[in-house]
Amino acid sequence: MPKVSLTHFEAALLFAFFTSIVFGVVTKTSDRDRLHYGIYCFVWFLVALFGLGWLMYFGHR
Amino acid sequence: MSSERTREPAPPVNVWVPVVALGWLIPGGGHFFLKRYGRAGLLAFAITGMYLFGLMMRGYLFQPLRGPDLLSTLMNYGGFVGNICAGLLYLLTVWLGYSQPEVPGHVHDYGAKFLVTAGLLNILAIVDAYEIAAGRKS
Repeated sequence: MPKVSLTHFEAALLFAFFTSIVFGVVTKTSDRDRLHYGIYCFVWFLVALFGLGWLMYFGHR
Repeated sequence: MSSERTREPAPPVNVWVPVVALGWLIPGGGHFFLKRYGRAGLLAFAITGMYLFGLMMRGYLFQPLRGPDLLSTLMNYGGFVGNICAGLLYLLTVWLGYSQPEVPGHVHDYGAKFLVTAGLLNILAIVDAYEIAAGRKS
């Protein structure tokens, strides 16, 4: 098994990607809604990621 | 005004047990059994992908051990349950001798979270497959 070394950002992005797929698939009833909800979750993961990142940046100043 | 909630009858055991068992063993397997091939493929891709990245990041697999305090014990047992829910992926990992001690470092830490989350996402997939088998979802 190869070893990968990801940055915080890459790992969080990957986490958001896989999790959004599952959320989209299991939550909604039509394919269109699934796609929309998957993208919606992914975008909110990103918003939280950048938001918390900036919060920690200012918290450590 | 009274609100009356009717309880839906549970589906027969022979309808949902194979779906749940297959869903646990193989991520997306329950959906595949129910002929939802597209959704099965997506779930298999996402859950297996997350688990494999967890392994490649050398994540720690939790053991059901008592810790020095209640929080550590809860984390150990909770993490172990999350790991087991990944089904065959977890069993193969253990059988093939994967052994990663808990070491500091953000990559290992993310790896451990990926391994646990893959199992938790598989629970969502199993519940979804159960609801389809029970006729509560399409």
